[in-house]
Amino acid sequence: MSASADAVARPATRSRLGHALRDALLMALVALALFGPLLGLKTVPVTAGLVLESRWHLVAAAAAIVFAGRFLLRYLVWRTDRPSGKAARPAAGVARGWLGKTLAPALLLTALAWPVLPTTDRYLLDIGILMLTYMMLAWGLNVVVGLAGLLDLGYVAFYAVGAYSYALLAQHFGWSFWICLPLAGILTAFAGILLGFPVLRLRGDYLAIVTLAFGEIIRLILLNWYEFTGGPNGISGIPRPSFFGLPFTGGEGGFAAAFGLEHSPLHRIVFLYYVVLGLALATLAFTVRLRRLPVGMAWEALREDEIACRSLGINTRNTKLTAFAIGAMFGGFAGSFFATRQGFISPESFVFMESALILAIVVLGGLGSQIGIAVAALVMIGGIELLRNLAWLKAVFGPDFDPSLYRMLLFGLAMVTIMVWKPRGLVSTRMPSIQLAQRKGIGADLVGQGRG
Amino acid sequence: MEYFLQQLVNGVTLGSIYGLIAIGYTMVYGILGMINFAHGDVYMVGAFIALIAFLGLLALGLTALPLILLLVLFATMVLTSVWGWTVERLAYRPLRGSFRLAPLITAIGVSIVLQNFVQLSQEARVKALPPQIHGGLALLGQTRISFTQILVILATVALLAGFTYLIARTPLGRAQRACSQDMRMAALLGVDVDRTIALTFVMGAALAAVAGLMHLLLYGVIDHFIGFVAGVKAFTAAVLGGIGSLPGAMLGGLLIGLIETFWAGYFSAEYKDVAAFSVLIIVLIFMPSGLLGRQEIEKV
Amino acid sequence: MSDAILTVEHLTMRFGGVMAVSDLSFQARRGAITAIIGPNGAGKTTVFNCITGFYRPTEGMVRLRLRSGETFLLERLPDHEIARTARVARTFQSVRLFAGMTALENLMVAQHNALMRASLWTVGGVLGLPGFRAARAAAVERARYWLEQAGLIGRADDPAGDLPYGAQRRLEIARAMCAEPQLLCLDEPAAGLNPRESAELTALLDRIRAQHAVSILLIEHDMSVVMEISDAIVVLDYGEKIADGTPAQVRDDSRVIAAYLGVADEEVEAVEHALQAGTAP
Repeated sequence: MSASADAVARPATRSRLGHALRDALLMALVALALFGPLLGLKTVPVTAGLVLESRWHLVAAAAAIVFAGRFLLRYLVWRTDRPSGKAARPAAGVARGWLGKTLAPALLLTALAWPVLPTTDRYLLDIGILMLTYMMLAWGLNVVVGLAGLLDLGYVAFYAVGAYSYALLAQHFGWSFWICLPLAGILTAFAGILLGFPVLRLRGDYLAIVTLAFGEIIRLILLNWYEFTGGPNGISGIPRPSFFGLPFTGGEGGFAAAFGLEHSPLHRIVFLYYVVLGLALATLAFTVRLRRLPVGMAWEALREDEIACRSLGINTRNTKLTAFAIGAMFGGFAGSFFATRQGFISPESFVFMESALILAIVVLGGLGSQIGIAVAALVMIGGIELLRNLAWLKAVFGPDFDPSLYRMLLFGLAMVTIMVWKPRGLVSTRMPSIQLAQRKGIGADLVGQGRG
Repeated sequence: MEYFLQQLVNGVTLGSIYGLIAIGYTMVYGILGMINFAHGDVYMVGAFIALIAFLGLLALGLTALPLILLLVLFATMVLTSVWGWTVERLAYRPLRGSFRLAPLITAIGVSIVLQNFVQLSQEARVKALPPQIHGGLALLGQTRISFTQILVILATVALLAGFTYLIARTPLGRAQRACSQDMRMAALLGVDVDRTIALTFVMGAALAAVAGLMHLLLYGVIDHFIGFVAGVKAFTAAVLGGIGSLPGAMLGGLLIGLIETFWAGYFSAEYKDVAAFSVLIIVLIFMPSGLLGRQEIEKV
Repeated sequence: MSDAILTVEHLTMRFGGVMAVSDLSFQARRGAITAIIGPNGAGKTTVFNCITGFYRPTEGMVRLRLRSGETFLLERLPDHEIARTARVARTFQSVRLFAGMTALENLMVAQHNALMRASLWTVGGVLGLPGFRAARAAAVERARYWLEQAGLIGRADDPAGDLPYGAQRRLEIARAMCAEPQLLCLDEPAAGLNPRESAELTALLDRIRAQHAVSILLIEHDMSVVMEISDAIVVLDYGEKIADGTPAQVRDDSRVIAAYLGVADEEVEAVEHALQAGTAP
């Protein structure tokens, strides 16, 4: 570097240092204001009421971390003033073709082999079932949100209707899983149409809040209609699944005896795993197929431009209702599975947080992509489970530290971070459902988000 | 009659709280078109900060109630506004102008963070404050309106008047209205969009803080989950009144408060939320843009 | 009496206190190209929206008569019904394509109703029945034909949002034709096109009219396109019809000239005089 360049560089560096220091100091003050009251003063119950216990060392530590972190970011990483406003152009999504060709078969094989892998124990098997359940729910919600562009914040209502329908049918009529499942699905589809009717004219966020309201209404009814739904106690004693008639018990006439195996409670779990795997794959296959059929193309066209759809003779009312019905049906199937797997259901399992989680999986997956949703489900559900196993942190923070309390906090932070990093989700290209000559991905900036 | 009047008083007071929170939702939606899902939890944070401020001042030996109330009000509004500002800066600003659903998911994430942060730092228990303001007025026979309730209503009226003036007459209010109509054009004309939006969040947070303080004074108990329930209802109120409309938010809040109180008072307390949500759905079926909302006619 | 595909009688559209269209009556002859022209704000798009069901007219009647003789009262039908049963297709002033879908996909969506029937309302499609597959192949062929007609066959798999403006306009027309209409309503199809693109558009419209026996109703500002291609012109000003006839008749109509030049009513006579005398007004 020449001398003159140095002379120019040095004052700039000095002022950048000054800027970084000032900025970091400001942020540290903000941190003091944020953490001071809540972190610094803890309300502690005593006999007379509450008193405040001060923990200023924590606040000081937090402020120091913020100061240091911000300073380093400003000085080293951000060379110029960070432009605010428009999000940076999202990094080019992973090439869709690669994902489809290599990742999808790999995931499928892993899923098929999961129960027989030597490392898989009861716990991992349960996690596998959980992940597949959420995948199924997300693929179902994808029809409504990803394909048709209808913002549904109350999807858990269909999960609940499916579970309760199944439970009540199985208990009162004693039919087998394979009969109750489709029936519950059909009932839930009707619930979907019922929800769809009032919201046909609503756009955007009005639709969102009404679907959220519906979700809450369903949960409150389930919670309070004691005679029908068991209220807060829920419904228990839901018939356990049997292997096409053979119960999973130890004695004669049981599954183990029929196949010459030693009885193990794992048999039932493995069977459940393959049932949910089958259901999830069926959901996937069905929605992929629907996307290529006129109804699926109408959904996507609806998302792009509803008025243009109407001008082409498409009855958008039916299109929307069909989206709600089909999406609800898959939610109902998932609910039925949930009911038979647990043997017991209560309104506690159907809170808004579930709707939010399923929606987050769909959004993180990106642009209604099926494989994206699969990966997103793995990441989110796997992430939540991983956060349960933070016992190693005890070594860092001392034996009094209970890491499980931090699980949801970390999850929330992760959610924010991921969305800021990849706003349109993991997959950022849309593949057309039909092509003349060659299949080309369509960039995220062109694809509509839906006004409904 | 007396019972009816009592429910009316209670409903209006509750509705004022919902209305104050709803204004925050409607202002943010008017400018950014996003549902600030974390707003209800900002209200919860405000309530906790108010509690801590009260305890702190009482521990310092202050006894003059008006002074305490003023200091608590000031401290709560300022400190909660910092939360509002921070959330916008960190979680929403990077996503401005991008995909519509991303800020929604982020907001849900922020909501989780706020709830769990408070839960972790303050323990998951319910926190109670002994009643600070005692006494009230008798209205009709057995009907009473407590001084706390009067305070709530007066404060709400004052704040509503102040904010309406702010939106209608001040440069900030003009800037806000310009941004909500056409953000790009406003920026081209020299409006500092970032600052306007940040101030909008700050104002919303301040109002939510006042609502939190009033909740604390009225009901005396808070926990880290009050944000979700109140948030959903307040957003319902904002939509009911016509999202983007300030008087609509207050009107919606009052309606929700009244419906909830009357339903609990005359029918069943368990289904009061169902009643409020059902009213929302019915209103939106016949008036898709809410009671006072603008009719958005799409140009064909 | 020539065969009219579209008969508009006493059409009135009021928005609150504003009279956008006032007592408009005209006919569009079958197989002809009828243009609606007029200064900005004359109510032309409002008329379109009334005909295609996006507005409900305050008063009046819009009658559409198909080749089969079947008649529809369009002022009573919802927009998608008009498109589906009355076989009316339209384009929009601001192009409304499905931007995130390819050109081919756009044209396939236009054939939605036929494909839905063929797929037995999805059931047949899910089961993979051959009836649907044949219908789908036929739909692709129709799409291919119109892509060629619009000169877009090379960009069939490109996202519609990526196409240049002129191509987007032609794609919108191609999409409308895929819906197999008998009346095609075009809202300013030549807006923003350069002379070469306008010529291509005119040729396309001529072909549509000649080879497919489709009647065309068009709103346009570009006078060269209008004069060259129209068989009949209706002129609106302030929501009222001020002239109706062949291009030659309309071109020399003094009231039309006055409307476009912005002359006040009282001065119309003076303009007429000046024109007759051959001097400038």
